Amino acid sequence: MTFDLFVIPFFGGLIFLLVVLFIKYSRWIALIDRSGRRKIGYGLFSLQIFPATWEVFLESLLHRRMWKQNKLLGYMHMSFAFGWLLLILLGNLESRIYSGGHLNPPYYPIFLKFFVHDKRVLPFELNTLPGFFRFIMDFVLLYILSGLVLAFFKRIHSRWFGMKNTSRHNRFDQWAITCLWLIFPLRLLAESLTASIYGGGGFLTNSVGDTLAMILPAAVTPGMAYVAWWAYSSALGIFFITLPWSRYMHIPTEVVMIYLKHFGVKSGKHLNSFSEIEMRACPKCGVCIDVCQMKDAGAVGSTPAYFVRSLRMKEGNSLLNNNCMLCGRCKEVCPVQIDLLDLRIASRNLENQSIDKPFSYLPADVPDSKGINVLYFAGCMGHLTPSVKKAMVSIMDAANVKYKFLDQDGSVCCGRPLMMAGMFEAARSLMEKNRQAIHASGARILVTSCPICYKIFNEEYKLFGVEVLHHSQYLLRLVEAGSLWINHSGLSVVYHDPCELGRGSEVYKEPRKLLKRVAKLIPIEQERENALCCGGSIGDLALNQDQRNIIRDAALDVLLEPKPDFLVTACPLCKKTFSSAGTAKVIDIAELVAQQLEKADNLIEETVEESIL
Amino acid sequence: MNEKKLAFGYTVSKDRQIDFDEASLELYNKVCAAEPSIRLCISCGTCAATCSAAKFSDFSLRKLILQVRRGITKGLQAEVSKCMLCGKCQLACPRGVSTRALIMQINMNLQKTGK
Repeated sequence: MTFDLFVIPFFGGLIFLLVVLFIKYSRWIALIDRSGRRKIGYGLFSLQIFPATWEVFLESLLHRRMWKQNKLLGYMHMSFAFGWLLLILLGNLESRIYSGGHLNPPYYPIFLKFFVHDKRVLPFELNTLPGFFRFIMDFVLLYILSGLVLAFFKRIHSRWFGMKNTSRHNRFDQWAITCLWLIFPLRLLAESLTASIYGGGGFLTNSVGDTLAMILPAAVTPGMAYVAWWAYSSALGIFFITLPWSRYMHIPTEVVMIYLKHFGVKSGKHLNSFSEIEMRACPKCGVCIDVCQMKDAGAVGSTPAYFVRSLRMKEGNSLLNNNCMLCGRCKEVCPVQIDLLDLRIASRNLENQSIDKPFSYLPADVPDSKGINVLYFAGCMGHLTPSVKKAMVSIMDAANVKYKFLDQDGSVCCGRPLMMAGMFEAARSLMEKNRQAIHASGARILVTSCPICYKIFNEEYKLFGVEVLHHSQYLLRLVEAGSLWINHSGLSVVYHDPCELGRGSEVYKEPRKLLKRVAKLIPIEQERENALCCGGSIGDLALNQDQRNIIRDAALDVLLEPKPDFLVTACPLCKKTFSSAGTAKVIDIAELVAQQLEKADNLIEETVEESIL
Repeated sequence: MNEKKLAFGYTVSKDRQIDFDEASLELYNKVCAAEPSIRLCISCGTCAATCSAAKFSDFSLRKLILQVRRGITKGLQAEVSKCMLCGKCQLACPRGVSTRALIMQINMNLQKTGK
């Protein structure tokens, strides 16, 4: 007997799922542009397949990044993913013992204990194959059930799992999660009841079966067992049918995404078919909600998990698109490594791309300045904090640098703010203007005070032959080359990583190295990749001033916790934002260096006064 | 006929009155609903003073907000397109107006009405 009516919900659900997944994935992959498709075709037969498969194993099955996040969270995910896979694989092997190695219908191993009643009494012995399987199958089931218990406790008290927040469920999610939670207890019940009638269970199913047999009258157990098998099959079936529209779509999609990423397919600046895959790879786990500072400002709805959901549902919610500081904290922790910043910018582009900005008023002539080595670009924000540019000028004078102050008489914006608003064309016309001026100067090094400018000069301008440096990097270079002599101030300072310089451009080392030469650097709880955003970000287009102040004050609480003499940052915008709170002495790294120049004049008083402005 | 004789080199200033019966406050109301911080503006001009774009043009956010408030939408699109979105005005504003959000709202609403 290898068929019973009850397998239909499972079997039908499985076929439905496979058909839906096949249609969805083939459509998305077909819509990827030609160069992307070529990459996939090439990648499938390249060595990339091995690291990709290894990553699938580590992330989709073992959930390595989840483990890093929290041990309990990692164990829970691993027990479901890896445990379930083991159950399927081992179940399949076990079924071959009884079917003589022939091909079986897919439901046969899943419901093996219903179809095969191995009445032999096998004490647990690893040298008998059926005994081994009885043991291992029960062990894996127990392993998954332990994860289920954790999942249950996570619902009650998510803080044990290092999570303060988790996302709300939609209707499909609720159906899917209910079924997912029922699948394994129902399997246990069905197998146990069957074992109590026919024997042949392992350590778990036998003992549960015996207990049930003691409680229940012998007449009802066969009927109940049959009902349990039906329920088990139905739970599987409903889970499969709801999966493509629920959060569990991330399970198959993450695998596809990892392979495509390894083949070199990217979403980039525009929403494309790969972005569709990325959106579905989001499990709405809520790890991003915890780190997102929008939550402090009372905008939980704008956190990445909900943004991605809105994107997936094609809501075109412009508030959600705009209400993000693009600080990148979410991208650092995302267990699926979705490029949340690119997605946000691309969705803004969809909305704002048609806004025309010709900038025809910009001067046509290019300043001629041959014979200099270094260009200094203060940037808009640099001009807003004059003490920073003054400090830079005094340092470069002291070091006898042959430089030109490119935007001394006012900056043409670098274009990054427009880029972040999704207005790529408008940004490009500004970029072209600056590029001409930079190339005309003949300089080999471009130094900028503003991390926002630094990021776009570095990544988008494609300035061949010109090295782009943030002033913290350049000053360190001057000091290390011996062109600049500075004293140690003896001050204790905390360093704030600006988003665009730290997470955005991965410049963590140089500012710290430079700082250690002039002051005592105190480590803090959240720095480098986990640094907080100051709240002044120009990435956001929707926050009001009160919300920004809340974010700023919360960040200051963390930064000022060790009570430093100065809060040092490397971004004029962060400096301006933090100064406006009036609670901290904020200073730019360049100002601190300028103060400590040998034979330094009275810069100290001047800069401190300005930081209060 | 006598105009020539009476030309002393003085002219009558252009009428600066705003007729609120004719002025359309449609744009202002829409922008106001989406970005209420426009109400906080006291037209002090700090934004215009610090503006990066104003270094190269006659762009003035103060003027722009006044125009929107008074329902003057003619030529507004060309004016608002001069903004580079750098965000200096937002940091300088003593009233905490979300100037960048405001610019985006004006931009988008003008885009929709095609003015």
